[in-house]
Formats: sequence, C-alpha cells, structure tokens
Amino acid sequence: MEWEVVIGLETHTQLKTNTKIFSGASTTYGAEPNTQACEVSIALPGVLPVLNKQAVECAIKFGLAIDAEIAPRSVFARKNYFYPDLPKGYQISQYELPVVGKGKLTIQVPATKHSEAYEKTIHITRAHLEEDAGKSVHGAVEGMSGIDLNRAGTPLLEIVTEPDMRSAAEAVAYAKKLHELVQWIDICDGNMQEGSFRCDVNVSVRPKGSDKLGTRREIKNLNSFKFMQQAIEYEAQWQIDTLEDGGKIQQATVLFNPDTGETRAMRSKEEANDYRYFPDPDLLPLAVSEADKARVKALMPELPEAMKARFEAQHGLSSYDAATLTASRDTADYFTAVVQAGAEAKPAANWVMGALSAKLNAEEKTIQASPVSAVQLAQLLKRIQDNTISNNAAKQVFDALWAAEGDVDAIIAAKGLKQESDSGAIEAIVDEVLAANPAMVEEFKAGKEKAFNALVGQAMKASKGKANPAQVNEILKKKLS
Amino acid sequence: MALNIEDIQRIAYLARIEINEQEAATTLTKLSGILGLIEQMQAVNTEGIAPMSHSQDLTQRLREDVVTQTNQREAFQAIAPLTESGLYLVPKVIE
Repeated sequence: MEWEVVIGLETHTQLKTNTKIFSGASTTYGAEPNTQACEVSIALPGVLPVLNKQAVECAIKFGLAIDAEIAPRSVFARKNYFYPDLPKGYQISQYELPVVGKGKLTIQVPATKHSEAYEKTIHITRAHLEEDAGKSVHGAVEGMSGIDLNRAGTPLLEIVTEPDMRSAAEAVAYAKKLHELVQWIDICDGNMQEGSFRCDVNVSVRPKGSDKLGTRREIKNLNSFKFMQQAIEYEAQWQIDTLEDGGKIQQATVLFNPDTGETRAMRSKEEANDYRYFPDPDLLPLAVSEADKARVKALMPELPEAMKARFEAQHGLSSYDAATLTASRDTADYFTAVVQAGAEAKPAANWVMGALSAKLNAEEKTIQASPVSAVQLAQLLKRIQDNTISNNAAKQVFDALWAAEGDVDAIIAAKGLKQESDSGAIEAIVDEVLAANPAMVEEFKAGKEKAFNALVGQAMKASKGKANPAQVNEILKKKLS
Repeated sequence: MALNIEDIQRIAYLARIEINEQEAATTLTKLSGILGLIEQMQAVNTEGIAPMSHSQDLTQRLREDVVTQTNQREAFQAIAPLTESGLYLVPKVIE
C-alpha cells in the first residue's frame, strides 16, 4: 500500500522582551539560578500578574506578518497541572480565545534528487501567548531535583499549524521559514541552542487518497532542523511498519534520541492529561484595537515577500535570486547595503550569493560576521565596473579583503592588479604577440577561430594578466582584419 | 450531568487533594448541588450574548517592558525548606 505522511507543528518561540510576560523580572539568558525569579515567578501567595506590553506587540507583529485575524478581545486561561518547575500549579496560557487566529505562511521546499523545488502554503491555526515554566536540574544533589525558576514566566508565542505538511522536507522547510520570519520581524532571537525556538511535531500516516487522519504521535522538543528531519523520517517509517505488520498506533508523546536516531514513547502516565482550562480570574480580557494594530504595523520592517517582489521589480533580479537574497534578513540587509554603497544590483547579487556565500559557508561564519563588509564589497564591484580590475583580479582582491589586508584600492596597488586600459600600451603588446606568433596568425587567416582565442591568451599573458580583455579583443580584431 | 464518587476521587487526584470516603461523599453532594445550579442557568436563553470571561467589564492594562524586579534570592530562599547552590530542592522528579 502507498502511505501518506501527515504533519502539523506546534512551535514555541520565546519573545524578545526585557522582562517576563507577567512581571518586571529580567529574562536575560544564563543568569545564576533563581536570581531572576521574583515573587511572581516563584508564585508567592497574593501576587498578581500584570501583562507585558512588548509581549502583546510581538504577538500582533506576528499576526500581521502571517496575514492573520488578530482578536479584538482575547482571554488568558489557566492550564492546570502539577510539576515542580511550575510553582503555581497552573500555566497561564490562552485557550478558547487566542490573540492570533487563522493565518498562512508560504514555504519554498527545496529540490531533491527525486523532485523539483516547489512552493506551498501552510495554514496556521492560531498563535497564543503563554508563560514558560522553570527548569529542573537533575544530579546536582543525590536523590533530589534542583529547581531554577529564572525561565518561569518568560513570554512565549505558541504557533500551531493545520496538519498541512506531507513530508519531513515540507515540515523542515516550514520550520526554517518560520524561524527566519520571527527573526525578520524581530520578535524572537531564534537561538535554538538556548531554547528560544522549539518545535513539537505531530506525525500520523494514512493510506494515500484517504481523507481521514490517522492516529498521531507527537515528537516533543526538537531544537535542530537536522534532528527534525531525522525524527520525522524515523517516526513515519515506524508507524507505516507498525500498521503493515497489523499493529495499531496509540496516541502518544515521543522523544527523539539523536544518538540512536530513533523515536521512543515517553512512559505513559497512569492518568491521562486533563488540564481543566478555565479563564484566569487574575487577568482581564486583552483588547487589541485597530489603532494598536496600525501603531505596530508602522514599526514593522518590510516583509520578505514584499522585499522579494521589490528586488525583482526595482533591480531586475530573477525570482530565484530575489528569493535567495530574502531568505534571511541579514542577507537581505547586507545586499541592500552593498547596493546603497553604490554597486550595481545584479553583480552585487551574484557576489553575495556566489563568492561571499561560499566563503562564509566554508568558514561557518554568518553574514553579519563577514570579514568583508558591504561597503568594501561595493567598492570592489565599483572597481570592476570602472574597468580598474578584471573579474579574475577581483577574486584575488576579495580574498585579500577577507584576510584583512587593507582596503580595496590599497590591495589593488600592492598586488599590482590594475588593469592596463591604455590602448597605446595594449596595442604595443598586441603587436609584439602578432610578431612572435606568425603561425597562429596564419591559422586564423585560414579560418581557424580557435587561433584568435590563443592570441588573446598570449596577449593577456604578455601583459601579466593586467590588460583589459575586452580591449585586447577589440584591438586584435582590428589588427587582423 | 450527574457526578459519581469516582468522578470526585479523580477530581481530588487531579487537584492533589487527599480526601477520605466520608469527605468524598460530602463533596459529591456539594458539587452535585453546584452542577444543579449551573443546569438551571443553562435553561436561560443566552443567544446573541457574548460569553463573559471576567466579572468586571474592563480590559487588561499593560505594563511597560522595563525591569523593575531586583534579585531577592537570598530573602526568598531563607523561607524555602531546602536549597543548594541557588536551586530550590524538591524530591527527585524524572519523567
């Protein structure tokens, strides 16, 4: 039987705020245990939550970015369960009335050996505000667990999709796109190691063509795209094997073990989860007016889709180039800076996506940490454009810039890379070459086109690569005609 | 909706409240009474009325995103039963 994999994602993005969602305690990562755990974070009796304006603005920004309905009135609810890192005995979340409703995100699924690249729209069911729990530390004291409540109360936006994805590749493409988007609109730092962006993936399988969903298992807390790919592939195959062997899938929460590449069900609790949600009486409904939306909208950067369209229209870039340059805000910002510094758009795009990107990848550097600044690259491109250096020489200059050997003009001078554009000097070289290679001249005159290129090569060599190749071509043509 | 004694035991477990059989029976009567009251209210026609999520007809005030809390770990941990290296200690929990 042919099977179809059905995937939906729930992503917890940690919002970029100075303070917690319901108190004025700092959210800085990596502080000494419990030094950022105020009376609200540790849930002393009598404390009251006060909602953080910045967290609400982040949620509105996200809603605007995915073209979603933003609820004029949303409600905070208590999700009740007991765990030591949740000292209140409930998590404040949103349940029936989330702040962000239905929206959508268009993803680009990359080409593989078996398929072409394609676009797909993923529907987002909702996004709601909630607080994070604290952290349990095991093994510090024998027989005890240590509790660090610094993270308790950190603002999260949980983003939930429809079960729209049909392969691990689509799920990863969605997660990557979402990861870029939340950084692009500056609501999340995207740091996956520090847990700022965590994905839970719901996976089920069904016979191809069926419109009924199979029983799903939820893979918890994936914090790398590579693990997500592996976990989904393993889990889907496991479900297919189980069903083909006549087994049944039990709804469960599973964990991915990166060492074995396998998913495994967590010990099932005796009592099924029953969170008994109810509206939190400590918090009034959250109102978001049209004016609030307009104010936040004015703070938003140009979105990637809009920027892509602009790059195509304004700079005449291909759809592919525009998509590549707007895949991350840092890349888009760098490219924009190169163009603003006076470089032509098309060569700027080629260099950013070509030489620069290759070098960054090879040295595992981000574009923000690029040793060659946007202004330097623009300077280099200007020197190609005004015929000071050839493309080949430009590559040497680029490597020298990378190695911090000075500015563009200094490097050109120091390495003697300046192109010979004086037509008198080039003519002299061409004359020498023609005199020294009578056989080649004969061949050319007998109709051998190849001989012409060989003569150009000789002239370039004679000029030590400094002659402007276009001029050499021109002069040579004139002399041979 | 009628409650039975198992429902009461389950609710007590979820709330981590220990109750004996006698207390469970009393609680069953009380909770059933509350549910009866809710049933009466459900008979009222509420069509077109937005559900109320708070008793006050106000909306949430927002706080500026500025750090106002200082580190008071020492004071808080002075009243905690067990601490070590800045951590609150609890009986071992591993899921």
